Amino acid sequence: MATQGSYYVPEQSKLPLFASLGMFLTVFGAAGWINGSESGMTVFFAGALVLASVMWTWFSTVIKENLAGLNNDQLKRSYVWGMGWFIFSEVMFFAAFFGALFYLRQFAVPWLAGEGHSAMTNELLWKGFENEWPLLTTPEQVREGEAAARFIGAHEPMGWAGLPLINTIILLTSSFTVHFAHTALKNANRKMFNIWLGATVALGIAFLILQVEEYVHAYEELGLTLNAGVYGTTFFMLTGFHGAHVTLGTFMLLVMWLRGLKGHFKHDDAFGFEAASWYWHFVDVVWVGLFIFVYILGS
Amino acid sequence: MAHGPAKGISRWLFTTNHKDIGTMYMWFSFAMFLLGGAFAMVIRAELFQPGMQLVEPEFFNQMTTMHGLVMVFGAIMPAFVGLANWMIPLMIGAPDMALPRMNNWSFWILPFAFLMLASTFFMEGGAPNFGWTFYAPLSTTYAPPSVTFFIFAVHIMGASSIMGSINIIATVLNMRAPGMTLMKMPLFVWTWLITAFLLVAVMPVLAGAVTMMLMDIHFGTSFFDAAGGGDPVLFQHVFWFFGHPEVYIIILPGFGVVSQVIPAFSRKPLFGYSSMVYATASIAFLSFIVWAHHMFTVGMPLAGELYFMYATMLIAVPTGVKVFNWITTMWRGSMTFETPMLFAIAFVILFTMGGFTGLMLGIAPSDIQYHDSYFVVAHFHYTMVAGAIFSLTAGIYYWLPKWTGKMYNETLGKTQFWIAFIGFNLTFFPQHFVGLAGMQRRVPDYALQFADFNMLSSIGAFMFGMSQLMLLFNVINTILAGKRAEKDKVWDGAEGLEWTVPSPAPYHTFSTPPQVK
Ligand code: HEM
Ligand SMILES: [Cu+2]
Repeated sequence: MATQGSYYVPEQSKLPLFASLGMFLTVFGAAGWINGSESGMTVFFAGALVLASVMWTWFSTVIKENLAGLNNDQLKRSYVWGMGWFIFSEVMFFAAFFGALFYLRQFAVPWLAGEGHSAMTNELLWKGFENEWPLLTTPEQVREGEAAARFIGAHEPMGWAGLPLINTIILLTSSFTVHFAHTALKNANRKMFNIWLGATVALGIAFLILQVEEYVHAYEELGLTLNAGVYGTTFFMLTGFHGAHVTLGTFMLLVMWLRGLKGHFKHDDAFGFEAASWYWHFVDVVWVGLFIFVYILGS
Repeated sequence: MAHGPAKGISRWLFTTNHKDIGTMYMWFSFAMFLLGGAFAMVIRAELFQPGMQLVEPEFFNQMTTMHGLVMVFGAIMPAFVGLANWMIPLMIGAPDMALPRMNNWSFWILPFAFLMLASTFFMEGGAPNFGWTFYAPLSTTYAPPSVTFFIFAVHIMGASSIMGSINIIATVLNMRAPGMTLMKMPLFVWTWLITAFLLVAVMPVLAGAVTMMLMDIHFGTSFFDAAGGGDPVLFQHVFWFFGHPEVYIIILPGFGVVSQVIPAFSRKPLFGYSSMVYATASIAFLSFIVWAHHMFTVGMPLAGELYFMYATMLIAVPTGVKVFNWITTMWRGSMTFETPMLFAIAFVILFTMGGFTGLMLGIAPSDIQYHDSYFVVAHFHYTMVAGAIFSLTAGIYYWLPKWTGKMYNETLGKTQFWIAFIGFNLTFFPQHFVGLAGMQRRVPDYALQFADFNMLSSIGAFMFGMSQLMLLFNVINTILAGKRAEKDKVWDGAEGLEWTVPSPAPYHTFSTPPQVK
C-alpha cells in the first residue's frame, strides 16, 4: 500500500481511442455480418485488424516501459490486481453457462416432462415427452415428429472416456509444465524455462487439435450439433467458450515463449509470463468443471 | 508529469488524466440523460390522456425500452464512474487512477456503444422494443433484427464497465496514501470499491445472457426455447442474477455521496462509520441471493417463492442501518441547507419510501397483485431517480466548486431543487395509486379512471425535465461566470483530502502522496 518513489502515470496516448474504434468496428461489423448485410464482414475484419494492431502496440509499449525501468513495484501490483480481477470476471462468465446447464438439466427438462407441479404443461403442450439427460429426444421431436422438428437430438451422447479423457490429461499435464517453467524461471534457469514453456504451448495446441476432432466426431457421427436441443446447446457453448479461452491462453503463452527467447524476463520480474500462466491455470480449472459436469455426469 | 493539460481537442481524445476522464464521463452521461429524458417525455406526452394520440404503440415500446436502457447504462452508471474518476484519487491521496490508459479506454468505448444502440432507430424494424429487461422470447423469437446490434452494444458496454471497475479496485487497493487504512477511507470510496466488485461479478453474467440470446436467434441453440428443452424463464434467472446486483450498482455510489454530503452540512462526523461499511458489504452480498423476487409471478415452485421472499426482506435490515445513520448524523448537528444538502435530505426521505415499496413488492403474495403495474414503476423511480439521480445531483453541486474553482448560483440551485422535488413527486407519487388500482406498465393506453392521475404525472414529468435543464444551465454558468471559490475547503464542515488541494483542483494532484494521520 505504501507509495514508494513516484507512480508512473503515462503521458497522453492515442491507444485507448483507437482501441475503442477498433472494438466498435469489430462488433458493428459482426452484427451486420450476422444480420446478412453486405459490408458486415469487411467492417468486421477491418475492425479486428485495427484492434489487433492497437493491442500489439499497446502491449509493446508497456513492455518497453517495463524494460526502461519506469514501472515501480506499486505499478506492478496494479497489474497483478488487474489480471486477478479480469480472471474473476471470466469465472463469472463461465458461471452463467454452468448455471444454465444446471437449471436446464435439473428444472427445465423435468418440468417439460411433467414433473413438479407441471403435469399439465406436459399433458397439453408436450405430450409424450420424457425427462432424460443427456436429452436425446427434444420436446419438439416428440410433438412434431422428426421431419418437422427444428431441434433434433443427438443419436448418442458424447462419452467421456475417449478424446475428452485424453484432453483432460493433456490439460492437467500442461498446468504442471507451466508451473515447472515458472520454477525454472525463478531459479534463473533460462534453458529449462524455454523447454517447459514450449512444452506447455505444444500441449495447448494438441488440446485444440483434438477438440476439433471431437467436434467433427460429434457432428458427423453422433448427430450432436448446436441444433440438438439443450444437450447440444450446453455442450457446445460450454466446451466452445472453453476452447476459445484455450486458444487465447495458448496464444498468450506462445507470445511469452517468444519473449522468453528474446530474454525479456528476469527471475524476479516476469509479470507478463505470470499473468499468462494464471490464465492458463484458470482455463484448466474450468476444464475440470466441464469434464465432470458436461462429460462424466452428462453421458 | 508536472505539467498542465495538452492543448486543443487532443487533450480530451488522448488523455490519461483522471480528472479529464471524469469530466468526459460526466458530460457524456449528462448527454445520455437528456436523450433518455427526451424518450421519457415522449412516453409522458402519449400518456397525458387516455387513447392513442402521438405515437404508434410499436414506437411507444421502443421508447420505454430505450428510455430504460439509456438511463441505466448511459446516464446513471457512467455518471457515477465519472464521480469515481474525479474523486477517488483525490480522496485517497493518489496521483491518478491505477491504470490511466485503460481508464481512457473504458470511457471511449461508451460513445461508440451508444452510437451503435441509437443507430438501431434507423434500422429496418426499428429499435429494440422488448423492454429494458429484454425478456426472451420477446427479445429472441419476436425481436426486430436490430437486436443483434443491441446485443453487441451491451457486450462492449460490459467490457467498458469491467475495465472501469478493475481500475477502481486496483486504485483503491493499491494507491492509497500512507496512513490511509481501509477503515479510514471516505465512505464514497468504500461504496465504490464494493460497487466495482459487484460490477466485475455480474457484468459477465449479463454478457452471458446476451450471448445466449445471440446463439438462440442466429445459431440454432435452444436456451430459451421449450421446443428444444429450453426455458424462457431461464432467461429471467440469468438476467436478474445480473439485474438485482445491478440496482445496487446504481444506488451504492449514491449512498456514498450522501454519506459525504450529510456530515459536511451537519458539521458532525458520520454516525456509525464502520456500521455503514458493514451494511454496504452486507447489501452487496445479499444482492446476489434475492434475484427471483422479480419473478414471483412466473410460476416458480413454492419453496423458491418463499426463499426469495424472506431473503429479500433481509435486505431491509442493512438498508435500515444506513437510513438510521444518516438521520442520526443530522441529529443535533448545526445543519445548513445548501443545495447539495437539500438533495441529500430529499434522497434520504424519498429513497426510504422507495425502500418501503420495495419491501411491499418483496412480499410474494402481494407482489402477485402489484407485479407489472405502475406500482413497480413508482417503486423503482423512487429508488433510481430520487435515489441515484438526486444523490448524483447532490454530488455535482457539492464538488463543483472543487472541480471548477467557482461557486455555482445558490438561488438557482435551490430553485432547481424545489422544482425537481415537486416535479418528481408529482410524477411518481400518483403512480403508486394507479398501479395499485390496476394500471399496467409499458402500455400506451389506459382505462379512463386513471386519466387524472396520469395527467398529473405528465405535468410533473415535464417539470422535472425542465429542472434538469436548469441544472445544465447552472453548471455552464458556473464554469463561465461563477464567482471564485475563495477557499480550498469550500464547505466549512467538509472533511477529507479532496479539500486540502486548491480549488480548482490542479491538473495533477498528490504526485507525492500526502501523509494521513
Ligand atoms: C429495500 C430494498 C428493495 C427491495 C426489497 C426491492 C424489491 C423489489 C421487488 C420485489 C421488485 C419486483 C417487483 C415486480 O416486478 O413485481 C423490484 C423491482 C425493481 N426494483 Fe427494487 N427493491 C429494493 C430496492 C431497490 C433499489 C435500491 C433499486 C435501484 C436503485 C431498485 C430498483 C428496482 C427496479 C429497476 C425494479 C423493476 C425492474 C423491472 O421490472 O423493470 N430497487 N424491487
Ligand atoms: Cu431486485
